[in-house]
Amino acid sequence: MTAFADEVRGIAADFPDARSATLPALRLAQEKHGWLPPEAFHEVADALGLTPAYCQAVASFYDMYHLEPVGKHLVEVCTNLSCALVGAQRVVDAFEEELGVRAGETTEDGEVTFRTVECLGGCGYATVVAVDHRYRHDVKPDDVAAIVAEVRR
Amino acid sequence: MTERKMLLADAPRYAQVEKARAMTPDALIDVLLAANLRGRGGAGFPMGRKASLIDRKSAKPKYLVVNADESEPGAFKDRQVIAEQPHKLIEGCLITAHAIESMDVFIYIRGEYVAEYEILQAAVDEARATGVFGDIGVTVYRGAGAYICGEETALLDSLEGRRGQPRPRPPFPPVQGLYNAPTQINNVCTIATVPSILELGAAEFAKIGSESSPGTAVFSISGNVVRPGNYELELGTPMRELIYDLAGGIPDGRELKAVIPGGSSVPALTPDQIDVPLDYDSLAALGTFFGAASLIVVDDRCCMVQLALRSTKFYMHESCGKCTPCREGTRWMVQLLEKIEAGDAELSDVDLLRSVCDRILGKSLCALGDFAVYPVASYMKHWADEFVAHVEHGGCPFQGESTLEGIVAPSDAHRHEVVA
Repeated sequence: MTAFADEVRGIAADFPDARSATLPALRLAQEKHGWLPPEAFHEVADALGLTPAYCQAVASFYDMYHLEPVGKHLVEVCTNLSCALVGAQRVVDAFEEELGVRAGETTEDGEVTFRTVECLGGCGYATVVAVDHRYRHDVKPDDVAAIVAEVRR
Repeated sequence: MTERKMLLADAPRYAQVEKARAMTPDALIDVLLAANLRGRGGAGFPMGRKASLIDRKSAKPKYLVVNADESEPGAFKDRQVIAEQPHKLIEGCLITAHAIESMDVFIYIRGEYVAEYEILQAAVDEARATGVFGDIGVTVYRGAGAYICGEETALLDSLEGRRGQPRPRPPFPPVQGLYNAPTQINNVCTIATVPSILELGAAEFAKIGSESSPGTAVFSISGNVVRPGNYELELGTPMRELIYDLAGGIPDGRELKAVIPGGSSVPALTPDQIDVPLDYDSLAALGTFFGAASLIVVDDRCCMVQLALRSTKFYMHESCGKCTPCREGTRWMVQLLEKIEAGDAELSDVDLLRSVCDRILGKSLCALGDFAVYPVASYMKHWADEFVAHVEHGGCPFQGESTLEGIVAPSDAHRHEVVA
């Protein structure tokens, strides 16, 4: 048994039904590979006694699983109502300019994937930007160059 | 009546657990019923009644599930409660678990809340080490990015390791929930209020707030206000007090145009309606909802067609796809709203949009389709002239000056490929 399978079965032991470990196992696989390549679904399926197709079906439902390769870092800007009302699009524009990619794309060097996301739950601190899932609050277009420099460091 | 800290106030940790455990589950449920704490997640169903519906005689395990999947646009209160008072939430779990005779608690937290997950998990580990859990298991489960998992039966499917899609009801979760066993599900703020009920006693608790909606709520307020943020208030506080006194009113000398009072899924109110008391029944009387106690304030720079379009793109993106009226209907709504905003629509398209809304409303297993329709139908009712103006002027009357001009939604830019 692989170390990965060991870890997944350890998680599964916390639940009355091992199937509950599907989401955590996919997260672990993604941490290992950087995204979810086809072999990741086999690894998760083998560890939990499921099929790879089932694991892929679950992964494709949720926004945080990457079914295609992404950059080393992930920069996400919320453009839902509260952020949009106070200028989120100008923050998006600033990131596109600074990174040289459009929302949904990855920089040529593979360092940064940039995307817009739905509400992150920081509406009172708009615009919210998540850098590798760590929130930055009250981001203004003028803050963007420094955030990009920090990510690229 | 104004600010009053209860959920966000410090209290001696786990002081109420012993008091609860000294009571029989029946007596404890009577206390919860008498307190009339209404669910803070959106529906406002009395929490004690939910507990009383649990089939405690069932041979199956009984489960308590906390909904910490806060995803409603405009809502960010659960996040602050988890970050600042994680032990109050856990204490509420232990008390509620005693009431429904549950040995297993699951807290489902949205995947994006990484920092809050770390705080909560550390608090669970810390509390467990003190021995206060006894034989009760408390497991924190992380979502993976799906608004629909805040819907209670979709959450249960997700927690079981599936795509998070709502289940048909009945059976309701108190009868057949997680792993087909009797399950109580409540929002973070609901469960985190339970220790205060034990501390004050049901009678004293019921005196706080308004008669039909006792207690306090943490209100999230965002959008075009001077001081957005979370404010814990007694229920029944006038909306005007929150918007103008606490949040500082509308910035930049602009005029208030609309308030979406319960998160983006509820009908909007007009400026002449903001003297409404913030409680379940008063908001319902105006044809809207208390919802997630989350106000989105909109000033006069915003085009309501653009607001409708951006809101609907969200619900289209988050529709789980299980029910046709919601899956297809939200797409039709987006197409029609895009046509109206672009100035390519005729007046009949506005009527067609109303008709599509009618055909979505109430026709799916859960309320997500309704959540797409409620706000848009209210914009079309209160700001009908703006929709007509788009048709008659052949484009947006704001001429590129609306606050939402050009806003990109994830559904507009959904690619992840490497450019190289």
